[in-house]
Amino acid sequence: MATKKTSSQIDQSAEAGLRIEVAGENALIIYFGDKTSPEVSARVQQAVTILQEELGDKLIDMVPSYASLLVIYNLMLVDHLEVKNRIRPLLASLGNAASAEGQLVTLPAYYSTESGPDLEGLAKRAELSVEEVIKLHSETEYRVYAIGFAPGFAYLGEVDTRIAAPRLSTPRQKVPRGAVAIADRQTAVYPAVSPGGWNLIGLCPTRMFDPEAEPTMPVQVGDRIKFNPIDRDEFLALGGEL
Amino acid sequence: MSTNQSSLASQSNQANSGFKVQQPGLLTLIQDAGRLGHHRIGLTTGGPLDSQAFKWANRLLGNELNATALEVSIGGLVLTAEVDTWIVLTGAEMPLKINGQEQDRWHAHPVKAGDQIEVGFSALGARGYLAVAGGFQVEHSFSSSATVTREGIGGLNGEKLQQGDYLKCAAVKPAQTFRLPEAYRPDYSDQITLRVITGYQQHAFSDYQKRVFFSSEYKVTDRADRMGYRLEGPEVKPSIDGILSEGICHGAIQIPADGQPIVLLNDRQTIGGYPKIGSMISLDTARMAQLLPGSRVSFEEITIDDAHNLHCLAHAHFERIQPEAIS
Repeated sequence: MATKKTSSQIDQSAEAGLRIEVAGENALIIYFGDKTSPEVSARVQQAVTILQEELGDKLIDMVPSYASLLVIYNLMLVDHLEVKNRIRPLLASLGNAASAEGQLVTLPAYYSTESGPDLEGLAKRAELSVEEVIKLHSETEYRVYAIGFAPGFAYLGEVDTRIAAPRLSTPRQKVPRGAVAIADRQTAVYPAVSPGGWNLIGLCPTRMFDPEAEPTMPVQVGDRIKFNPIDRDEFLALGGEL
Repeated sequence: MSTNQSSLASQSNQANSGFKVQQPGLLTLIQDAGRLGHHRIGLTTGGPLDSQAFKWANRLLGNELNATALEVSIGGLVLTAEVDTWIVLTGAEMPLKINGQEQDRWHAHPVKAGDQIEVGFSALGARGYLAVAGGFQVEHSFSSSATVTREGIGGLNGEKLQQGDYLKCAAVKPAQTFRLPEAYRPDYSDQITLRVITGYQQHAFSDYQKRVFFSSEYKVTDRADRMGYRLEGPEVKPSIDGILSEGICHGAIQIPADGQPIVLLNDRQTIGGYPKIGSMISLDTARMAQLLPGSRVSFEEITIDDAHNLHCLAHAHFERIQPEAIS
């Protein structure tokens, strides 16, 4: 990491869509591209690890997302120029590194009209049977692109275009904890009861956020996720509530 | 955690040391300096909206600057002391009474078990900070006591103060307590200029749109809370509707489709997909958070270097001021 990068290497990474912008008085945001892709997401993940090492105590926090990384630093220890100068050469080397593979996490899902009030409507809209929707949703391997909106809310992508569905025109006041949901080409499991406008197709008995548990979340950004269809009895046996 | 807290409330006669909440006020929250380092699981920062007044409250009692205190919004808090200690109230102009007797703010006062402490409704400013010597003892959740009600995390059960809550603290005799001379106390006037660093999607705002933003007056709407302050004024339109969701820093100013800016504060969501023109510096989010709906603000563009300088200057200023010792 300490090796000096030539300016041509830095330019190459700039051509690859890398951009650093000021975000706030103690924050920079690094853009790795303009689109969602597993490759871009993998680079965001690599950057998280590398910058953590490089900045250490000077770092307050980071927010990785689809194609960007927000870097929040301690203004009493470092300034924006130093942060930029330190991270630029490291970012330039990212493109050559092997793509990081997150852990594979399987989440059980009880797909049904009982547990997923929008399942039938979504199937009808897609001109598919309910069984086909379940198959398409559970056969795809997703990637955790971002965590936010609420504690433990993991944005997973991308769902098969055939079952992509726009948000509800009127969001629900109360989406149950564990709801498996689709919005456009994203899918997620609601970590807690909250308002929400995503299409609900099932329920997952795994807690996505538990302040008492270690780790607090079963997944992190960069992980790969698969849903495993289970029936009503299995769902209840795993602690699910209807 | 929750059982622990409720048992505290019910055992207030058992060798307890602290304050009983008689009236919680409109919105009183347990806060320390904030919850840092947990954005990656979606946790926001919380913490005091006016970090300057919060720091002063702790400093006037000789506390650690991060000690747990109360953020009182608008006012209406009544506590009964069940401990001999010292308190101080800083921030908004909320009348402080101890046993019915009005007392100076920005000034440490001794209280005894049985004393009634009242924080009245604010004449000017929106957030008051009530601190106690040694800080309130509140169990940490993700390395902080800061209450974020939207997440249900921090404070007592993740909620705002309720009648009957018990605020634990030790009987502390501070080595020295202080009052801040009037000359150093902030003025919470309601027509202010707020400094903004352009950044994020600033390129999506034309020079004309930026000029509108930086030369117009905006009004604080009644949708102004700990998540963000929604402002109302001339529309500002970016050339893009939305962006891939990305990390939102404190003070970020997002402009949704209606062209009306929202300044995102301590309880903001950690990621979002609206275009942002830049971010307000923390010295000024602190001043803005003292404004009530209807107040008028305008923006001034500054560079990131100016912002760093202002931050360091404010820090040096805070260190340099010597509050008066109370004998």
